[in-house]
Amino acid sequence: MTPQAAERPGEDGAPALSVRGLHKTYESGFQALRTVDLEIRRGEIFALLGPNGAGKTTLISIICGIVRPSGGQVEVNGHDIVRDWRRARSLIGLVPQELTTDSFEKVRDTVAFSRGLYGCRPDPAHIEHVLRALSLWDKRDAQMRTLSGGMKRRVLIAKALAHEPELLFLDEPTAGVDVELRRDMWALVRELREQGVTIVLTTHYIEEAEEMADRVGVINHGQIILVERKDTLMQKLGRKRLALQLQTPLLAIPDALTHLELELADDGHQLIYTFDTQAERTGITRLLQDLSSAGIRFSDMHTEQSTLEEIFVDLVRRES
Amino acid sequence: MNLRGVRTLYAFEMARWFRTLAQSIISPVVTTSLYFVVFGAAIGARIQEIDGVAYGAFIVPGLIMLMVLTQSTQNASFGIFFPRFSGTVYEILAAPVSAFEVVMGFVGAAATKAIILGLIILATATLFVEMQIAHPVFMLLFMALTAITFSLMGFIIGIWADGFEKLSFVPMLIVMPLAFLGGTFYSIDMLPPAWQTVTLFNPVFYLISAFRWSFFGTSDIGVGVSLAMIALFLAVALAVVAWIFRTGYRLRD
Ligand SMILES: Nc1ncnc2c1ncn2[C@@H]1O[C@H](COP(=O)(O)OP(=O)(O)OP(=O)(O)O)[C@@H](O)[C@H]1O
Ligand SMILES: [Mg+2]
Repeated sequence: MTPQAAERPGEDGAPALSVRGLHKTYESGFQALRTVDLEIRRGEIFALLGPNGAGKTTLISIICGIVRPSGGQVEVNGHDIVRDWRRARSLIGLVPQELTTDSFEKVRDTVAFSRGLYGCRPDPAHIEHVLRALSLWDKRDAQMRTLSGGMKRRVLIAKALAHEPELLFLDEPTAGVDVELRRDMWALVRELREQGVTIVLTTHYIEEAEEMADRVGVINHGQIILVERKDTLMQKLGRKRLALQLQTPLLAIPDALTHLELELADDGHQLIYTFDTQAERTGITRLLQDLSSAGIRFSDMHTEQSTLEEIFVDLVRRES
Repeated sequence: MNLRGVRTLYAFEMARWFRTLAQSIISPVVTTSLYFVVFGAAIGARIQEIDGVAYGAFIVPGLIMLMVLTQSTQNASFGIFFPRFSGTVYEILAAPVSAFEVVMGFVGAAATKAIILGLIILATATLFVEMQIAHPVFMLLFMALTAITFSLMGFIIGIWADGFEKLSFVPMLIVMPLAFLGGTFYSIDMLPPAWQTVTLFNPVFYLISAFRWSFFGTSDIGVGVSLAMIALFLAVALAVVAWIFRTGYRLRD
């Protein structure tokens, strides 16, 4: 799917989600959200990153109608969540962070319940499709209490998809889920996106955002400190590392090269040069010349880009 | 109006009840039978007729009311408390169902269960005593109004409670005494004048009085007064529920 298609406007051109000046102070007096402004385009996958307690769940809960805002405005496909709450809510699906399930309910019943609650006519075929897509079909008649944590998580996803929402919130969907299942979930998310579903997910696994998101938002201390296309973000903030495999190991960096940002690795077999991809001069040519005049020979070289995780940790640290 | 949502909540609550139908029915039936044996047969034989009604028959409406009151309160309070306790209430809060629709689902189911049990008690009673119901339609009307009013009260308790203790505390400490002192087993004429006055402040008294009238055509207090009082309690309960949803009290942070 091309980015252009992913960002196509909706029927009435309103974004999938528009949050303006949203703030929240809990009764305890704790200010969980300062002033949040955020716009999510239709059909995109948006990853919301932030450390524990940053306000991710609070933000999602307000949008979904579970927590009351202290002020500000939220619109879903142009429908205000307060004035036009019924329309707004019927467009949203939510997979909560906590594994909250009805122990004695059967999988199929609990998913059908969710669909009914949203006022949709029963559709066993749709429910079967969702359960199959989540590899839950074999468990359809099992009671919730007999399921493993990962399976319960999938049931919560099935429940959220039962009424065919247009905007899906996944609050840490892959917490406590094994690698294989995580891949399955990513596949499902992509399939949903292809059907035009807009997806907002929070995660602590940066690789997840890196793998799936079109855009990334970083929230810290109740404030969105950055929203950026993932590619741009990685490019802009990304630093590349050039690793040179040396023919003869070095004990220390030669004096002639100390003016450069160099490190030795792998017991002196590797020389690492870090540079900024956006800088006017990367300094690579100069480095290679200097190496050659210092008589240092190398057998191999490669570059690697910093991960989103490094970018994220860096951002949050810089902010605090 | 999301009627399908209401129906879904209602059906969910009823299904939960039907899963344990045997327990749900056997225990109240056994309890009521014991009341009949002790109060109706053993003690009743030594008590003269009240307002021309044999004592065994006289206590039937009171016993049914006792059951309807406790069951509506219990069912409704548990019905909403449990999703709050387990966290599954998130789904109801996020769904396109209004406060009124949520109440219709939960309270409707709790009241239905209480009415079914009330009718079962009535059927059980006919095994012990002979009697006719003077105003069957009013009997059902009063039963339904009582079930709804106390289910609303149960719903309020279920939202207010922050632990299982409180959940059983109120029914035990408030509903039962009100029911006993509301004339389940006696006519207020049998009380000293001071206590008669106190009884007038007991809402359950009006419920039982009107209910008894629907059976025997006689009552401690005018049916119109009773009906007005029942309407008043219903209005108060509705107002409290409306307030709960408007402020998000214990439901939405
Ligand atoms: N009901 C509440 N009352 C008071 N404070 C709350 C409440 N819920 C959350 N908070 C506080 O608000 C802040 C944000 O919480 P939130 O759950 O939104 O964080 P989060 O970003 O989802 O964190 P995590 O990654 O751990 O899930 C936290 O400091 C939390 O303690
Ligand atoms: Mg969270």
